[in-house]
Amino acid sequence: MFDDPGLNSLAVTLLTIVAVLGGILGTCTYLILLERKLSAWMQDRVGPNRVGPFGVLQPIADGIKFLLKEDVIPDHVDKVLYIVAPTISVFTTMLAFSVVPFGPVDQAPEWLRFIIAPNMDLGLVFIFAVTSLAVYGIILGGWASNNKYSALGSLRASAQVVSYEIPLGMSILGIALLHGTMNLETMLTDQAASGVMGWNIWYQPLAGLIFFTAALAESNRLPFDLAECEQELVGGFHTEYSSMKFALFFIGEYTHVITTSFLVSVLFFGGWHFPYIAEASSAYAGAWAVKLLVLAAKVLLCIVLVMLLRWTIPRFRFDQLMGLAWKVLIPLALANVVLVMCVLQFGWSHWWLTAGSVLLFIAAGVIGVNASRSEIMGRHQVRATGFSPAVPPG
Amino acid sequence: MPIDSQQVTWVEEPDIGFWEATFLPAIVAGLKTTLRHVTEYKPVTKQYPEEKPSLPEHYRGVHRLNRDEQGRVKCVACMLCATACPANCIHIEAADAPPEWPDRDKFPASFVLDELRCIYCGMCEEACPVDAIELTHIYDLTGRTRNELVYDREQLLSIFDKTKDNPRDPVRTHRGKLGPAAAFKELPTVGPATAVPAAERAAVATAPGVIGPDPQTLQGQ
Repeated sequence: MFDDPGLNSLAVTLLTIVAVLGGILGTCTYLILLERKLSAWMQDRVGPNRVGPFGVLQPIADGIKFLLKEDVIPDHVDKVLYIVAPTISVFTTMLAFSVVPFGPVDQAPEWLRFIIAPNMDLGLVFIFAVTSLAVYGIILGGWASNNKYSALGSLRASAQVVSYEIPLGMSILGIALLHGTMNLETMLTDQAASGVMGWNIWYQPLAGLIFFTAALAESNRLPFDLAECEQELVGGFHTEYSSMKFALFFIGEYTHVITTSFLVSVLFFGGWHFPYIAEASSAYAGAWAVKLLVLAAKVLLCIVLVMLLRWTIPRFRFDQLMGLAWKVLIPLALANVVLVMCVLQFGWSHWWLTAGSVLLFIAAGVIGVNASRSEIMGRHQVRATGFSPAVPPG
Repeated sequence: MPIDSQQVTWVEEPDIGFWEATFLPAIVAGLKTTLRHVTEYKPVTKQYPEEKPSLPEHYRGVHRLNRDEQGRVKCVACMLCATACPANCIHIEAADAPPEWPDRDKFPASFVLDELRCIYCGMCEEACPVDAIELTHIYDLTGRTRNELVYDREQLLSIFDKTKDNPRDPVRTHRGKLGPAAAFKELPTVGPATAVPAAERAAVATAPGVIGPDPQTLQGQ
């Protein structure tokens, strides 16, 4: 485009940022529609169907409504933090997307790049560092609201995110060790180069499961949305928020879901790679578009799974939530890392990783059964009636 | 009195098995259930403004003031409905009937019914000796101010004009036809507020304290 390579690179970067921002915001609004429709279908309802055919213009109506509604700032809030909190929530989740490759980076057309910040060797670390900042949005929002429910919601959010950060990072450690890099692009091209059997999910199924679970918890989605649990906390951290500030929190949440789904696809399911139509070697005209679509399809599947789970699994109790992180996911993730280290150190076949993952999973199940039988869990007899007779049974 | 310990059922919490401890089968089963609703999608939603509900025959909606054969208001301003009204929403001002109406002494100079205050119990209809006030099937009344929904005599009469030809809102006189008020030599016995077809559940009276149809009533049918 420009003669000066520096200027050219700047222009391409700006163009990519604009494309990504627009893409993400557009996707977010339509994901909300998809979620509403999907939940309606699951509950034998119709869902939004008034604005445009099948309600396709609903997101636009929602957006207009969010912008035009009265933006209430209650008197008792800490104004600065109250206003900054939703922006932090959006800003950090958007920032995390900058190192996610959303297409075949090496085949991109010259006017676009499929990653905002290419060749970031610290890619994964950057993502985790930035996305865990997103919880500041929630904590500050809840705190600045000066409302007990909001504060409780943000306390829960902080405890939850801090706990799930550990299994999230640890589950990826195995993959980073296998690929010898933290660079997402390299991880993707490595997987694509070795075909469909090179997808990490075959060698790290357990890590995939842990990552997916922990990522769900990180993005505060059901069944881990303790921070905004309506039955207990009114609205949780966003109780005092209205109009666009409220919407920003949810744009942040959905962006987080999108980023997470991209990560799951890129890290575990080979990114844009798909047998025959999108191989690493396929260089036919328009191959980049096909690869882009393949990746988009994988991401969409992942998002739909997240939504299905949301309407399927009931919310965890808070101690169960913490128990899952500290007693199950973290030990499993640790054992998985040790397994990867052993396999790499002794040069065993990578298929031992698969076997090891299955073994670890079984071991976790067996331990779970035994732990529930023991007295450690404080199990006691459940009485069938409301009466508690003075005479013991028998 | 404490419950006898023999009557208490002691329930052991079932031990969880291996698969339950791993969560996964339960999650898959749950996903199957939710997905089945998507694949076998049978919504029960009624698209309301386009698709009107079919209401039961004895539905109680907005009131109307009936007219007699000569198009006059049937009401004789006896105040029985206003007295019976538990919500106190009917306000009648009686006046001497004009001399050309020899069949009655009084007629309502103003008949104001606050549709927002009304609880649609139908007791006015029950109380009326000349079948002048009746409840119709109209339920979707809206207004921009509260005053718009305080109906006066002419509005209530216009609702009669609107609904008299609707098969679901028949003129439910106890005598079978409308006549001048003076035709009532003796007061009709008080029937149910609204004529209920025998087939409908509401037609079967329940004995006090008994849930469901009274066996005696059923035998009588």
